[in-house]
Amino acid sequence: MMNELIKLKIDGREIEAIEGRPLVDVARENGINIPTLCHFKDIYPPLATCRICTCNINGRIDTACTTLVRDGMEVDVNSPEIADIRKAIVEMLFAEGNHNCPGCSKSGNCDLQHRGYEMGLSISRFPHLFKERPRDFGPERIYMEHNRCVLCKRCIELIKTDDGKNVFSFQNRGHQALVGIDYELEKQLSDEKVLEARDVCPVGAILVKDKSGAAPFGGRKFDLDKSLKYVPTTDLKVELPKDRKPVIATTSLAGCFGCHMSILDIDDELIDIIELVEFNKSPLTDIKKFSKRCDIGIIEGGVANNENAEVLKAFREKCDILVGLGECSIWGGLPAMRNTVDLEDCLEEAYLHSVTSEPGAKIIPRSQDIPQLFDKVYSTNDIVKIDYFIPGCPPNADHIWKVIKTVLLGEQIPIAYQEFKYD
Amino acid sequence: MAANRLRHDRTQILNYLWELQDEKGYISDSDVRRLSGELNFSVVEVEGILSFYHFFHRKPTGKFIIYLNDSMVSEVKGFKKVKEAFEKETGAKFGGVDPTGTFSLFETSCIGLSDQEPAALINFEPFTNLNPKKVKRIIEVLRNGGELEDIKDEVVDHTYSLTDDPVLLRPYKIGAALKKMLKLSPQAVIDIVKASGLSGMGGAFFPTGVKWQFCRRNESFQKYVICNADEGEPGTFKDRVLMNQYPGRMIEGMIIGGYAVGASKGIIYLRAEYRYLKAKLEETLEKFRDIGLLGENVLGKDGFDFDIRIQIGAGAYICGEETALIESLEGERGGPRTKVYFPVEKGLFNKPTIVNNVETFSAVASILELGAENFNSRGTQGSKGTKLLSISGHCKKPGVYEIEWGTKIKDVLKACGARDANYIQVSGPSGLPIRGSEDERTICTEDLLCGGSFMIFDSKTDVLDILTNFSNFFINESCGLCTPCRAGNFLVGEKLSRIRKGLEQEKVLDEIASWSKIIQEASRCGLGKTSTKFLMESIEKFPEVFKEKLVKDKKEKEFNVTEATERYLKYTEKINKS
Ligand SMILES: Cc1cc2nc3c(=O)[nH]c(=O)nc-3n(C[C@H](O)[C@H](O)[C@H](O)COP(=O)(O)O)c2cc1C
Ligand code: SF4
Ligand code: SF4
Ligand code: SF4
Repeated sequence: MMNELIKLKIDGREIEAIEGRPLVDVARENGINIPTLCHFKDIYPPLATCRICTCNINGRIDTACTTLVRDGMEVDVNSPEIADIRKAIVEMLFAEGNHNCPGCSKSGNCDLQHRGYEMGLSISRFPHLFKERPRDFGPERIYMEHNRCVLCKRCIELIKTDDGKNVFSFQNRGHQALVGIDYELEKQLSDEKVLEARDVCPVGAILVKDKSGAAPFGGRKFDLDKSLKYVPTTDLKVELPKDRKPVIATTSLAGCFGCHMSILDIDDELIDIIELVEFNKSPLTDIKKFSKRCDIGIIEGGVANNENAEVLKAFREKCDILVGLGECSIWGGLPAMRNTVDLEDCLEEAYLHSVTSEPGAKIIPRSQDIPQLFDKVYSTNDIVKIDYFIPGCPPNADHIWKVIKTVLLGEQIPIAYQEFKYD
Repeated sequence: MAANRLRHDRTQILNYLWELQDEKGYISDSDVRRLSGELNFSVVEVEGILSFYHFFHRKPTGKFIIYLNDSMVSEVKGFKKVKEAFEKETGAKFGGVDPTGTFSLFETSCIGLSDQEPAALINFEPFTNLNPKKVKRIIEVLRNGGELEDIKDEVVDHTYSLTDDPVLLRPYKIGAALKKMLKLSPQAVIDIVKASGLSGMGGAFFPTGVKWQFCRRNESFQKYVICNADEGEPGTFKDRVLMNQYPGRMIEGMIIGGYAVGASKGIIYLRAEYRYLKAKLEETLEKFRDIGLLGENVLGKDGFDFDIRIQIGAGAYICGEETALIESLEGERGGPRTKVYFPVEKGLFNKPTIVNNVETFSAVASILELGAENFNSRGTQGSKGTKLLSISGHCKKPGVYEIEWGTKIKDVLKACGARDANYIQVSGPSGLPIRGSEDERTICTEDLLCGGSFMIFDSKTDVLDILTNFSNFFINESCGLCTPCRAGNFLVGEKLSRIRKGLEQEKVLDEIASWSKIIQEASRCGLGKTSTKFLMESIEKFPEVFKEKLVKDKKEKEFNVTEATERYLKYTEKINKS
């Protein structure tokens, strides 16, 4: 009776399926992608921890992994409201953990990152929490990077010793929950099992010492994903003057100038840009002060001190639209690694106790001429409203070029999947 | 005891952990290792289980562990002063122990004594109606070697009936309901429960007869009856009162349940906050066994065996959720299951199981005594019979009130002597707030459902204090399994504190409402699904309390540079001076 053929509708499309099978699987087999993160083929009942496969099923909001298909079922996967719930959950995960993709060996092979790409996610609507989370080098071969764990429970369910004991287990509860690893039992795992642990982890939380899973750019799992051509980015509409060249200003706040280098990476087409626009205040022109109102301001870097904040506010005043360029501008990026550490400790480490500080150093630099450090690195969007974000560390040159063209030509140029990156 | 008995039964892990916890006040590394060896599962899993529950400690505690309730009712009754007094008198800080190792202080979620707040548990003995003077006296006595036994408070149960012929708060005669049962077939019992229209009193209001019917239908050589005595919703204490006043009635209800669905084992999952009730319950069970109401061939009925054991929880609100409770009973972390199977299909140890609330079982016993008709004729179309409310907060006579479903808010307020009700939280933090002026509303399915908690706050209480307290409750009690509840509630909490600091503009309310809705829709279990209801509703109902704190909408963000540089300036000044 359970293998009866039934009919259901997903996003209006009629589909035949065998009754009682999980909705996520049925949808996928019919070419409808319901994104997941914790879902894993061998685990039943499903973990249902990440909640990313949330859909509207017969008028009720529920997860597709826990739903078994029935005759007459109507499923809404991609209506704006439902897609927004899913996107919000991915954003929560980014806000909750500390995800520094350029420094992560799972980058390019990471399911969370891929979910972000699929959704065209460039900034989380939720403020980053920057909670300090442990990094556990204790086990013999495994290194646990709790900053990246999304608490999906896969490792707990799947990685056991030969006599069936759990090697991983949740510790604590609520927002303090984390995945503990049993040092003694980890020793008993075969090398293959250890690698399996790394590979079942959808993110870069389980790493194996001396065995980097990283592959070169272009050769990673999600560099090659051909199923999705374009990323659904938000619209960018700007009214540009018809009678003159648009004016652009750029700056680098707490960043590394990598994003500016990426602008230079636009190569040949830079010549076109120079034909089409005029640059004002920018490190590219070495113009230090705004000499007129600008149409577009491009901001690299986060906001680490009062000077950054002043420059940013001046940009907001002088530019019609602001584009945040790169991860630092979007959420703090690499400089924000200090956000999980107390400011006092940072200062001491940098000026008093570091190997390069003078022996017996007692002074932390402070004068009228040097900027005053903020308690943490802020996103540009925390300080002023930013109109558009280009993710990446650094952003892909083609992506930058397409955004500029979108503005100049006034028509939306789609961003290819390969051009949308966090690393 | 623990030393010479091998501990190998996983389902007993909470009891093993309690033995260790009670023995020395904490569970040591070697305890964990030994237990893991004996149970034959990993150390990290034992750690995982014990760290799920907030009454187990991994660091040494004082001779007296003091848990002070930090619920909102406690707050309005003087929590802050009592907390300060505890710190002052003991010399310990909350979250720690004093230098002499005598006193440990912890805050804890509602302990079910809202009618006598502020209240605390000291080594799980109740201390009620606290004030700084009383705290001083208690600590003095304990410091000087006094016995806890001698100074603990008697928990007083205030009960009031707003109906002439109460169903639950009526005198109890042992065996009366069981005698009625004896004359009926199991199916006939279920039919009566169905006909009575009784629905679950634990907060989800599922029709009890229907639940039992499902369980009865699922064939199995073993089934279970679980009484949910975890009463964790802040503000509710009706189950405490029922167990203290009429323990036999609840037990009879469980026996009837076992008979009806075909189960032979019953378990009472009693929250650790009610450990002081355990002796009375054990005594009652013993009495039942003595006179043949429990054990083999109950009441002489051939082949009907039924016995009941008590399991003490260990501090986790989520374990009141029925599938989390089952996980906890199986010796796992108390995280809720997915709803792929219902307990009546695959419950405890994957066997058909009914989980019902203390009040539900008690009501079943009364229904058998009084007849379905009697129960069914009370209440409204959608809610049959009567309901216990735990009334607390700003009123003259806090206590447990039996009302007929359909009673008006104003009659409840009048009865308990609430003159200045401004904000009323109906059904606990997971329920809904109403304004005191909405007193024509009625308590029933058709209008306002209430699982039991009814907290009244006057116009002097800062509504933002209430909301912050509730928000913290959910942040602390989320099990952490799913993203929206774990991360979402925390993020909403951060927003609330920014609002209080005056760092948000009016449009933030739309933002909070939309985040709240996402948490509600996408969470895995009832905790997350209800955790933001109070907030969404109070944005609608109490817009003025937000307005006061919010900055008018502007084009620009609120960002305070002075605040952001303050730490740098202070610290450099301090270091560079020295
Ligand atoms: C987070 C959460 C906590 C709960 N706590 C309790 C509780 O303390 N006591 C209770 O009886 N039901 C509680 N419930 C409801 C139970 O899941 C279940 O519905 C109830 O025990 C069924 O019994 P009833 O039908 O007799 O009400 C809780 C539910 C949730 C989601
Ligand atoms: S690659 Fe994945 S796990 Fe690594 S930092 Fe980025 S999102 Fe996190
Ligand atoms: S370590 Fe990886 S697999 Fe394990 S719970 Fe965290 S994210 Fe999931
Ligand atoms: S909703 Fe909250 S309590 Fe329920 S499973 Fe999710 S995290 Fe746990």
